[in-house]
Order: sequence, then C-alpha cells, then structure tokens
Amino acid sequence: MTVADSIRPTSDALLSVTAPKRPANMGQIIRWLLLFLGGVAMVMPIAYMISTSLKWPHEVYNVNLIPDEPTIENYTYVLEDGRFYHWFVNSLVIATLTTVSNILFDSLVGYTLCKFRFPGRYIIFIAILSTLMIPTEMLVIPWYLMSQQFGWLDSYWGIMFPGLMTAFGTFLMKQFFETVPDDFIEAARIDGLNELQIWWTVAMPLVKPALAALAIFVFLGNWTAFIWPLIVANSVDMYTLPVGLSSFGDEADVAWELIMTGAAISTLPTLVVFLIFQRFIIRGVVMAGLKG
Amino acid sequence: MYKSLTIRQKQIVWAWGFLALPVLFYTVIRFYPTGNAILISFQNWNLLGTRTWAGFDNYIKLFNDPVFWKVFANTFKYLLIGTPLSLLISFIIAYHLDQLRFMHGFLRMLYFLPFMTSAVAMAWVWRWFYQPVPTGLFNNLLASVGIGQIAFLNSTTNALPAILAPAIWAGLGFQIIIFMAGLRSIPKSYYEAARIDGVGWWTILWEITLPLLKPTIVFIVVFSSIGFLRIFDHVFNMTTNNPGGPLNSTKPLVLMIYDTAFSSFDMGYAAAQTVVLFTVLLVVSLVQLRILRDK
Repeated sequence: MTVADSIRPTSDALLSVTAPKRPANMGQIIRWLLLFLGGVAMVMPIAYMISTSLKWPHEVYNVNLIPDEPTIENYTYVLEDGRFYHWFVNSLVIATLTTVSNILFDSLVGYTLCKFRFPGRYIIFIAILSTLMIPTEMLVIPWYLMSQQFGWLDSYWGIMFPGLMTAFGTFLMKQFFETVPDDFIEAARIDGLNELQIWWTVAMPLVKPALAALAIFVFLGNWTAFIWPLIVANSVDMYTLPVGLSSFGDEADVAWELIMTGAAISTLPTLVVFLIFQRFIIRGVVMAGLKG
Repeated sequence: MYKSLTIRQKQIVWAWGFLALPVLFYTVIRFYPTGNAILISFQNWNLLGTRTWAGFDNYIKLFNDPVFWKVFANTFKYLLIGTPLSLLISFIIAYHLDQLRFMHGFLRMLYFLPFMTSAVAMAWVWRWFYQPVPTGLFNNLLASVGIGQIAFLNSTTNALPAILAPAIWAGLGFQIIIFMAGLRSIPKSYYEAARIDGVGWWTILWEITLPLLKPTIVFIVVFSSIGFLRIFDHVFNMTTNNPGGPLNSTKPLVLMIYDTAFSSFDMGYAAAQTVVLFTVLLVVSLVQLRILRDK
C-alpha cells in the first residue's frame, strides 16, 4: 500500500486549497462574488435542461427556472415510448464492456512495456504511441468497410471494437507502473507466483488510483461517443443514447420539453456519478491530464 | 520445455504472450486502416461498384472545390476563436479561484460540471436557447428587457460563434482544473522571494507565474486545438435540418467527411479529405510545439 499512498499525496496536494488564511477584505469578497456568479452561469444550461424537462407544455416558453407545477409527465412519456430505455441499456452495456476491456488490456500492455526486458519492446512502445496521432475520423471509413465485410454493422461488437484498447490508456498505465518497485515483483517471483499472477495480484492493486482515472475517462468517452456509433448503428434498436437523442430531436414536431427530457436522461447519470465521487474524479482527471 | 528456459528467456515468452492480442489489435484496427484510408484516397469508389485507380484525382478535385475551401476556413475559425478564448477564460478563472478558500470545492464543482455532460445532449439544449421567440430562451430574455431579436443559428455570420459557444463552455472545466494543478506546482518560495523584493502582482504574474506555467499552457493549447479542429458533434446536432448550414457557413472538415462518405458514398473523395485532416492536425500540433517551446 505504500506505493499507492506515495502517489496520492502529490495529486492531493494539487487539489488542496493553498490560499493563505487571511481576514476577508473587500477585494476578496468581490472576487468571490464574481467567481460565484460565473459558476452559476456555467451550470445554467444544465439547470434549464432539467427545469424544462419538469415543465408542462404550456409553461415551457416561460423563462422562469423553477417550474410552477413540476411534473414527471415528460419522463413517463419518453420512457413509455420504449426507445430511450433501449438506448440507455445499449449505452450502459457498451460503455461498461469497453471500460473493462481498457482496464485489462491497457494495464497489461503498459505493465509489460514497463517491467519486462525483451527484444522489440521499444518498437512496440513507439508503434502504440504513434497511433495517438491518427485521428478517429481517418479510420472510420476503413472501419466501416471492415464492419460491412465481416457483418459487424448494427451490433454491439461493431460499435465497441475500435475502442477496446487505447494508446492513451496504455501510456497512462505505463507511467504509473513505473512507481511500482521492481523489488516487489522480484519478491513475488521468488515466492513462486507466475507472471500473470504477479501482474494481477501484486502490481494491479498498487495502481488502483490510476485504474480509476482510466475507467472514468474511458466510460465518459464511450457514454458520449457520437460519430462512430452514428455510422455503424443503423437500426433504431441499436442506437446509443447520443445517436438516439440526435434522431429523436430531428423528428418533425417533437416538443422541446421532450428533447430536454431525453437530453437529461443521457446526461444525468454521469452528473450524478460525478457529484457522488467529486474529489475522486477531479483527482483522476488531473492525473490523467498531467501524466497521459 | 518451458522449464528448461533461462529466467530471461521465460520473461520474453511471457512478454510476447501478454502482447500477442494487443499487437494483433493495433495492427488490424489502427495500422491497417490508416494505410487503407491513404490507399482509398487514390481510388474512385462508391461502395457498390468496383474500385478503380484515380491517381491524384481526388486531391485535385478537392483543391478545386469551393466548398472545401469554405469548410477549411470554417475549421480554422473554430480553432482561431476557440483556442485563445478558452485559454484566456480558463486561466483567469483558475488564477482567481486558486486564491480563494471560502467554498473553494463548491465553486470548482460548478465550473467542472459541464465537462461531465454529453456533447450531443448539450448541443440540443443550446439549440433550444438559440431559437427565435416564442421558443428560445435567449430571445425570450432579450424580448423581456425590450431588446430586439438576434438570429443565432439562421444567420450566416452568427451561426458559427453560436455553435462554438457550447463547445468552449463544455471544455472550460477541464482546462481550469489543469491550470489550477499547474499553479499549485509552482514553489511557494518563488512568490515569497518576489514579495520580499517588493515586486507588484502584475510583474509576478508575467515574470514568475506565466513562464513557470509554460508546460501546462503548451498542453492545453495543443489539446484544445485538436478538439476544435475535429469539431463535429455540436455542429451536426445544432444544424440537423441542414447540416453545416446555413449555406455551409458552419460546416467543419469532419462534417464534410461524414457527408461525403455516408450521404454521397463517395469513399475515395472522403478518404482524401481525411488525409488532409490528418495533415492539418499534424502540422498545427508541430507548429504549436515549436513556437511555444522556443519562446
């Protein structure tokens, strides 16, 4: 546990409040008020999305933030329609499976590149790193042709396969395995553990904070992913939430309060998770941003 | 047989065993498609017919296409407005937030929250904001204080900044957090020394804070530039009735690629556009790294 603890203070220090304690003066109060107003403005779009999703049709175009008579009618309507339920499940399954795959493979590759000495190590590292420069948009056409050829169109596998491993995750994990002392691994080897057991039972528990950071990034990225699912998912039942919301909003005569309800359904889960694990997630973002 | 290997040989076997599947993945899902995209850019292909060699025809067609130059200019407008503006706003907020104790975590949460939203969902929210009266929030607010209406998404001049606004908004939280981490990593002793010497805050900002923040600034500039050059979700969702409109005034390169490939099924032409996008991203990143490192 010493290693995990030694990582934590650095990222914690980056988040702790370091401003000196001093008596509140006028300047500080004005600064606080301005920042507070700015922060309120930042969350206004989210607040209006939620507020409108709770309004009756006749109240929607009223600019007040708090609905006069809040209702969950829009949610019942949208969920009874069934499509959003499908899309929610699709997004959840796809984002979860992709996250698990990245956690396993990115850390396995990062660990191997960090802790093993073998011919080809440097070339593999450079090759994986170089894929960071290739934009997804350049690959969607070949991916589409590949999916068409192998019958992957319109399936979970088709939506997921491009993201099962990422160079970003591999690089992040490699950086963090550097903090695991080689002595630990050597000791485990002497104890008779095989390399797979050493990776899973010795090294992995020591980089838990990094794994959590990776999980947050991959899950959020896949939950909100748009262009590839838009291309590869053709039938309404296979849409993910963003693709579904996009087609739902584009239907003729669909009411704005229903679009806002759909938008709220697709964005509230990540917001709630954030509010619960706030400190933890911000720390993860800092770690991933600075190390990745 | 495995038992007879030396420790070093065993390590090599394990390493390649661990890497077998990932190497296959990166070869088939990353490298082969990259080569394939470049190959297709030299071919004519509409998905149904046969593939024929086209030489540089797709590239020549692209450079003679007025829509491409319009799109190219739009893409750089997103970059040249989006990156400096988001950098400036996020630095100002991070700089001041860093010097406050009272409800620090709460304020930080407010600024970070938009980063956790889905771009598609928020694009629809902002699209609603921009609607004309009696629908849209902004125009309703303007009407309630008696100011004239503004055409946001229907105007060829206002639509691009209107679409850029939510893209900047969504990225601010991340940049603020990274800036604050950068500010924390500057040793306190530097500031104390400057204060003892009686240096003013403006000089401290320009002589100590900003130079020491340079790695953070480089990271944010490169990272956000790549994001703005690849803008798609916001544009697509805020202009679904006429993608990239009005009159192509908001269309970025990625939307042109999407249309060419998956509406016109002109795969060769679309592949040539992706090669151009790749080149633009590479050149812009390298130029930024060169300029920012030298200074």
